[in-house]
Amino acid sequence: MATASAQREAPTSQAEAAEIMRRAGEAGSRVRPVGGATKLAWGRATAEPDVELATSGLRRVIEYNEGDLTVIVEPGMPLAEAQAEFERNGQMLALDPPLGEDTGATIGGVIATGDSGPLRHRYNAARDLIIGIRVALSDGSVANAGGKVIKNVAGYDLAKLFTGSFGTLGLIVEVSMRLHPRPEHTATLVGATSDPDQLARAASAIAHARIELTSLDVGWHKGDGRLLARFGGAAAGELASEVREGFEQTGLDVSLEEDDAAVWGEQRLGQRSVTGTVVKVSALQGDLRRVLAAAERQRAAVVGRVAAGLSWLKLEDRSPTDAAAAVGEIRRELAPLSGVVLDAPRELRESLDPWGVEPDAQLALMRRVKQRFDPQGICNPGVFVGGI
Amino acid sequence: MSIAQLVDEFKSVSGKEHVVTHPDAMKTYESDGLLHFHVSPGAVVLPGTAAEVSQIVQACHSEGIPFVARGSGSGLSGGALPVEGGVLIVLSRMRRILEVDLENQRVVVEPGVTNTEVGKAVAPSHYYPPDPSSQIVCSIGGNVAENSGGAHCFKYGFTTNYVSGLELVLSDGQIVQVGGKELDQPGYDLLGAFVGSEGTLGIATKVWLRIIPAPETQRTLVAFFDGTDDAGQTVSDIVSAGVVPGAIEMMDNLTIQACEQATHVGYPTDAGAALTVELDGSEKEVEARFDDISTICERNGAGEIRVAKDAAERELMWKARKAAFAAMGRVAPNYFVQDGVIPRTQLAPVLARIAEMADEAGLRVANVFHAGDGNLHPLIAYDSAKPGDVERAEELSTKILDACLDAGGSITGEHGVGVDKKKHMPKQFEEADLAAFQRLRCAFDPEGLANPGKLMPTPRLCGEVPGEYRQHPLEAAGLAERF
Repeated sequence: MATASAQREAPTSQAEAAEIMRRAGEAGSRVRPVGGATKLAWGRATAEPDVELATSGLRRVIEYNEGDLTVIVEPGMPLAEAQAEFERNGQMLALDPPLGEDTGATIGGVIATGDSGPLRHRYNAARDLIIGIRVALSDGSVANAGGKVIKNVAGYDLAKLFTGSFGTLGLIVEVSMRLHPRPEHTATLVGATSDPDQLARAASAIAHARIELTSLDVGWHKGDGRLLARFGGAAAGELASEVREGFEQTGLDVSLEEDDAAVWGEQRLGQRSVTGTVVKVSALQGDLRRVLAAAERQRAAVVGRVAAGLSWLKLEDRSPTDAAAAVGEIRRELAPLSGVVLDAPRELRESLDPWGVEPDAQLALMRRVKQRFDPQGICNPGVFVGGI
Repeated sequence: MSIAQLVDEFKSVSGKEHVVTHPDAMKTYESDGLLHFHVSPGAVVLPGTAAEVSQIVQACHSEGIPFVARGSGSGLSGGALPVEGGVLIVLSRMRRILEVDLENQRVVVEPGVTNTEVGKAVAPSHYYPPDPSSQIVCSIGGNVAENSGGAHCFKYGFTTNYVSGLELVLSDGQIVQVGGKELDQPGYDLLGAFVGSEGTLGIATKVWLRIIPAPETQRTLVAFFDGTDDAGQTVSDIVSAGVVPGAIEMMDNLTIQACEQATHVGYPTDAGAALTVELDGSEKEVEARFDDISTICERNGAGEIRVAKDAAERELMWKARKAAFAAMGRVAPNYFVQDGVIPRTQLAPVLARIAEMADEAGLRVANVFHAGDGNLHPLIAYDSAKPGDVERAEELSTKILDACLDAGGSITGEHGVGVDKKKHMPKQFEEADLAAFQRLRCAFDPEGLANPGKLMPTPRLCGEVPGEYRQHPLEAAGLAERF
């Protein structure tokens, strides 16, 4: 939340937003863009910005091209609201991260943090779904990259560069996204076990099976594990029933959920914590057993995207100091895999680097990118890797 | 240091048998797949390792000499066209497959490995989806530079969606690893920025690729229609029915004729359009959807639908489609391949516009395209022996791109900007957009030595950040202005 010291701006047009950026650049005022304010605790703890730039007034759907399965929207559009509109046409933006408090997450915020959910298994990440971007830079210039067609290699792909950049390169004022048909039906096979070895083996077997899933997750909480495989499409239920036998052969205790929204809602919630700490581990699918072991040792709950090799480890019921120690242990045990702290109490974020990034040639190159795009250093400074 | 001294250095780095300086031998490298551009480089060197690439680039850097990376030289936009007096770094000797990690669904290769070799290395259990038509020869390094697509990209995505890591040699010779085997590594998405940057941000010397389990089954059909309108409507109907085929490809009558002459697959040469549709995925889903597709084709007036009965027939259908560019030689003495993109729903009006413009120009245009993603490849036939034909063909080619842009599309879907399309960039992008591109370029290559003169419409220089003004060598030589 902004204190009295941050000046709050809520432009209602892209031109107005660009003008705010220009003035901030000129004055050297630090600008923090804010969408639904659901992920303000992510990244390095920074001083209050001079300007808090709310995107709440930039929330128009510029173009929704149903026939082309593309959309152009402004960043302040809440993701849930946009999805409701796409759903009316049997379509979806295949991005389903947890939406945070009051389901307030905006498309701009999700893009800027590169957040994702279980649909990632089939549809990949935000970076893979974005096809164009318009940004306002710290000199007030407004630049476009990409476009509104799903295939396009003209010019540099700045849309990917800005995705996940935490507002440190400029302000996103518009994005074009690729949409997908929403599967008519879904069904989920849930396999339960309390043996982490068995869970990891089963996860690997299903990840390599020649079946097309929309999602493939694991969950682990206080000694109880489960593997979740979601089928989507015209024949989802049938498919799930057919695969069920193979699923049972992995030794899991299997049930079929035809009404599976709640199961997946729970997985998504497992990526967030209001009072605790969440560490996102980037691993490979073959590392799952190791990740589960590291989590178990620190009494962490786990949500994992099996094929993507990504896991969210949630540490609750402990002091920030103990949580920080647990983060350190997890990182040590899983090194050199990266463990990025997302949700965390401020005290913890002040005591360690949430990104866990050591200076190297890649970080130096990132700094060069930052310098070129934001030479004034006003775009959300300090929050990103290496204090960028 | 003169180029001759540099050549001596290259010889000591890569061995004298891997440095080409004789004018006759260099002819091979004067053009890439876009043959009407040719430039003689100062020297050609074929390094065998990343360390050698680094040393070569370092030498170029210290002398302020530009360099261009080249893979198999099959690119269609002149992206690997040498720079006069510059160094051409050919990566075709770096063709080791370094690791096949099926368990973690990754393969790690050197840039000279061909696209097909990657597919073979992970088959039959796994699959590398990007499949440019030139896949037998084109290199992964080139695919990374161009963000190559192919027929199966509508469902599965492009090269950029499959690169998880890169080892890069930057323009000062520094070796940097970006990303790696794991996804979502913290920091800027430099992978996303690099893939598709056409050799202007550095040279990839090692590539980590994601692979996926091979689909359980694939079913392919070719439906023939009276005209492209019916075929285009079929594509729209398939997509709006919520079906995501592995591929949907369209050929018009002239392309069918050319492909039939080249491959003798037995396509009816009087058909107005052929639509190749491939479904892949689970048996059940494919079976359910295949009937839907046949029904949609029939509803739109498909005269004949051929279903591939086995792998051999499927191969044949793809052979016919992928032969399209090469086959054009049989119906026209010369042709330009165009590569424009339109929103899929604009297919019918844009095709009509192309036909109209072709008539006005008195030229024939064959159309073959990735219909699912609206990526058109009009092939403009001409006869260089006829006075004025080349100019008319070039003009028509430009007008086709303008029509794509008018429809809300792009000047290139997979061939890249290179030298061929840089003049069109200001039609698609405003000055502020180009200035933002230049910021990225300057972050990676402040001296502008990596593949200069490509992608951007006009030469630009980078200001110093931070620090004071120094005159750039190109500026001193009057070759470029500071913006």
